[in-house]
Amino acid sequence: MARDESRPKFSRRKFLAGVAVAGAAGAVTPPGGANAPLSAQSPIANVPPRPSALAPNAAIAAAETGTPQEIKHEAGKPGSDFMVDVIKTLDMKYLPCNPASSFRALHESLIDYGQNKQPEFITCMHEESAVGMAHGYFKASGKPLMTIVHGTVGLQHAAMGIYNAWCDRVPVLVVGGNDLDAAHRPPGVPTFHSAQDINALVRDFTKWDDTPVSAQHFAQSFVRMYKIATTPPYGPVMMSLDAGLQQEPIHPSAEKLYIPRFVASSPPQGDTGAVKEAARLLANAERPVIVVDRAARTPNGIKLLVELAESLQAPVVDMGSRMNFPKTHYLSRPPNVIGQADVIIGMELSDFWGIVNSYVDNGEHNGIGFNESKVKAGTKLISISSVELITKSNYQDFQRFQVVDVSMPADAEATLPALIEAVKIAIPGERKVAIAQRGETIRKAYATGRDNVKKAAAIAWDASPISTARLVMETFAQIKDLDWSLVASEGNVSNWPQRLWPMEQYHHWLGRSGGYGVGYGAPASIGAALANRDLGRFSVSIQSDGDLMYAPGVLWTAARHKIPLLAIMHNNRGYHQESMHVQRLANFRNRVAYLGNDLAPFGTSIENPDIEYHKLAESMGWWAKGPIKDPADLGPAIKEAVVVVKSGQPALLNVWTQPR
Amino acid sequence: MNKVKRFSIFAAVALACATVSGAAFAASADNGKKAFVKNGCWQCHGFQGQGSIMTSNGKVLADTELPFETFEAFVRSTNLAMPPYSEAILSSSDLADIYAFLQSIPKPKDVGSIQLLK
Repeated sequence: MARDESRPKFSRRKFLAGVAVAGAAGAVTPPGGANAPLSAQSPIANVPPRPSALAPNAAIAAAETGTPQEIKHEAGKPGSDFMVDVIKTLDMKYLPCNPASSFRALHESLIDYGQNKQPEFITCMHEESAVGMAHGYFKASGKPLMTIVHGTVGLQHAAMGIYNAWCDRVPVLVVGGNDLDAAHRPPGVPTFHSAQDINALVRDFTKWDDTPVSAQHFAQSFVRMYKIATTPPYGPVMMSLDAGLQQEPIHPSAEKLYIPRFVASSPPQGDTGAVKEAARLLANAERPVIVVDRAARTPNGIKLLVELAESLQAPVVDMGSRMNFPKTHYLSRPPNVIGQADVIIGMELSDFWGIVNSYVDNGEHNGIGFNESKVKAGTKLISISSVELITKSNYQDFQRFQVVDVSMPADAEATLPALIEAVKIAIPGERKVAIAQRGETIRKAYATGRDNVKKAAAIAWDASPISTARLVMETFAQIKDLDWSLVASEGNVSNWPQRLWPMEQYHHWLGRSGGYGVGYGAPASIGAALANRDLGRFSVSIQSDGDLMYAPGVLWTAARHKIPLLAIMHNNRGYHQESMHVQRLANFRNRVAYLGNDLAPFGTSIENPDIEYHKLAESMGWWAKGPIKDPADLGPAIKEAVVVVKSGQPALLNVWTQPR
Repeated sequence: MNKVKRFSIFAAVALACATVSGAAFAASADNGKKAFVKNGCWQCHGFQGQGSIMTSNGKVLADTELPFETFEAFVRSTNLAMPPYSEAILSSSDLADIYAFLQSIPKPKDVGSIQLLK
């Protein structure tokens, strides 16, 4: 905002004439081009490109303790150019973003001064899409992205995506443009879009937030927010960034600026005594069960879980918020094994109570329903969960309180090496034969279970609308020889991919939304596909109808930026979960559910008229076909779509499906 | 013996025992298919009674081997995850038709005959 005339030469923000970037901090990565002002001596080159628990090497240690190397000042440099210098040190490849005036200065600096590289601007049509893309990108790549949103209005659009990232323990850096100076900001629309404290909108579901008031403050806070977001448990972080701070030039004669260097924090590990006690219980159990949800943060997490499970010959129940355990391994078992357990270890569970109890939503207790235990009396419970370290009060993502016998507020993946060693030591010699026999019993149960799953999939195989099992297997038949990645599966296809596909690698399944806020699937798929594109993987999503219509503009983003994704629609023509809820309530109340002319209770169907999703996608630059109702037509259509996606374009098939 | 015929015999015996209504005796699979949709059964059980681990706890209604009395008693008074259907919202005639429809659904294909499931 142009308002220099009314401002003192030395503003409260203490803008500087030059930037001394150095040092202990020392690490501005200068962009190229005529305006590139800074030394390219950047110790950041030695920093691992992603969060790591590794100890600093000699170069890093020297950079941390050495004398900062000053660089020459450059008068008149815009504050937002310095912010770009800061942002570039953190090696974020993309910036999914919907443009807005409250960060026009930073936007201009990013694309002109920063040459639209590291990060590259990805044009989004909704802030929730931008956050969803960053969410999916991280799960595919392990690298966080930032997004910038318009203060108040843009942040309100983004809020649901941020909540999903919070519940799914995914780092996303959200910067909100905000024009704080009420005496000088433009009246009218920009003032409608300003607030004292935009961060308050999302404070209940972000790990940390700040409102910097100087360029140096920005540098410290931006590196700090990156560090906090990427320290397990991961989570979104927020910064309110004043429009004036971005826009004003760095003033002469002020303090020298520096950019703190990012060094990843090590994840919190379980207490040694608690680890030993957990190992003792597991080693001596008759029927131990391992339950995991977000235990594997990286591919190594899968290897560690396999090692633990094989050491104990214990079944593993994967609740599926991440790809934790190979589905082809005989120790991979369904949740019903929990009922037989005498010791259960839960790792990074979203809801431990829900693992060991059931809630029946029926008419009892005046319609509240009833609860019952799913485990035997005396079953010992062990928990490793880093989320205990960031529990907040307002939003109830911490779920019901469950008493456990051993509680470790720690990161599961970081704790697994110590736990595995402790278990190996704790297994009594005389139990080894029994443990091996337990494994053989589970191996037979696994084989029987596989047969039963296939039998269930065969039911309604030729149905129209197409069964969800057929949908999933026709898809797999066309991608099985590729390096595939199921980036999202929204709308509930009865978990057929997890039950039928040979998921083994970390990227084979990226998990769900976290907060179950509808509208995650489309943007997260496209964000993950962006990461997978660069990694040479083939991305496929099961895309539900209701989810797509929350912000379908993200389809345009995929076409615009040539992000290849195969979106197979699970189009059951309704908000089906809600159909069942309303039907349930009508039954409880002894009333016939009103359908109107729809199939499902009025207000829950998406029909009359049917949405032609294939035309919607085509209009935004996708290759698309549909509606496909005959199962015999599905395989050939997917085959065509795969060719398109392999050529680098997104493709969508609108498939009419059974409800679940 | 096909399923409809088996049901008819069952229904006739039941009627003689005064345990099944006249509506059940006249059960129609065609009407049952419509009633299955109109009354929302498909929402959790699928249009062909195939069920889902997510919505019917994996229970399959297609080609059900449940006796009618058991089926009827469960539908009327279930106190589990499925909400009960009283006579006020689902007539005995419609319920009998639905049972006939479920019995009429062909057995699923053998897994071995489906290439994609091998």
